[in-house]
Amino acid sequence: MRFGVVVFPGTWSDCDFHYVISEVIRQPVKYVWHRERNLADLDCVVLPGGFSYGDYLRAGAVAGRSPVVEALPEFVAGGGVVLGSCNGFQILCEAGLLPGALMRNECLQYRCQSTHLLVENAETPFTRALRPGQVLTMPISHGEGKYHADPETLRTLRAHKQVVFRYATAAGEVTRAANPNGSVENIAGIVNEDGTVLGLMPHPERAAESAMGGTDGLQIFHSLLGSLVEDGAFLKR
Amino acid sequence: MRVRVLVRLKPGILDVQGAAVQRALAGLGFDDVRELRVGKLVEVDVDAPSAERARARVDEMCRRLLANTILEDYTIEAEAAERLAPPGAVR
Repeated sequence: MRFGVVVFPGTWSDCDFHYVISEVIRQPVKYVWHRERNLADLDCVVLPGGFSYGDYLRAGAVAGRSPVVEALPEFVAGGGVVLGSCNGFQILCEAGLLPGALMRNECLQYRCQSTHLLVENAETPFTRALRPGQVLTMPISHGEGKYHADPETLRTLRAHKQVVFRYATAAGEVTRAANPNGSVENIAGIVNEDGTVLGLMPHPERAAESAMGGTDGLQIFHSLLGSLVEDGAFLKR
Repeated sequence: MRVRVLVRLKPGILDVQGAAVQRALAGLGFDDVRELRVGKLVEVDVDAPSAERARARVDEMCRRLLANTILEDYTIEAEAAERLAPPGAVR
């Protein structure tokens, strides 16, 4: 499975993703500069965390209109999958590839901590190695991760099972106390209607080796590889 | 043509930044503040033959980049240049 890790000016998790893909799951991977429009040789594009373009104007706003992001709808239509973590999630929302928006944490603090995530949809290419109700542990690191969507959008998200992860307790209870940033309905990660674009605030690449304090993030990578092996459904290229 | 854009969080969307500033003002004795919301000001000097055309271009800019209409409303004001910045201000 060929991965491309997008690098914007100000991206900071690109090396972590590259390392996990090349050294932990041992798949072909290359960096993709933000001006690139040709993604034809890739199966999965990763938008890593960081502060693309300094997050000027709004987090992910400028990156959301960059050449590589403008090429994503065609890439996805052609069978590619896109994983956006942290700033990558903000960029996907700003670009309109995912519904809703991310705004300043309700607590006003930058939150860098471990979180528990309740798996709600295990039928996406990113989560099929998991089961619904399972609880994963992954770190977050952001100041603007409060997910917002209007009631109509939330209804659509529910109807299409687009909410993939919610912030929860270690026992899997979705509570206000377990919500680190004030996200509506504790939403931590969503997919598009087809399930081929995932955005999440937590960092799976920072929970991919036991030396990092956990390996739950690897499940997302393993799910992607499993999807490829089992049916290749999302890989038409 | 100089155009001024005010970008604000939509009514009803919690402005945590505004709330923090309001609390700080209360700490300074300004406890008569009923509500305070923080927004953004964008000044655009656009090459356009008329105010209407400038406004239309900036409206397009707002929809495509300057505002996130999921969260924010915007208003566009075409202004005389001297109103936008105090005399001698560094641009």
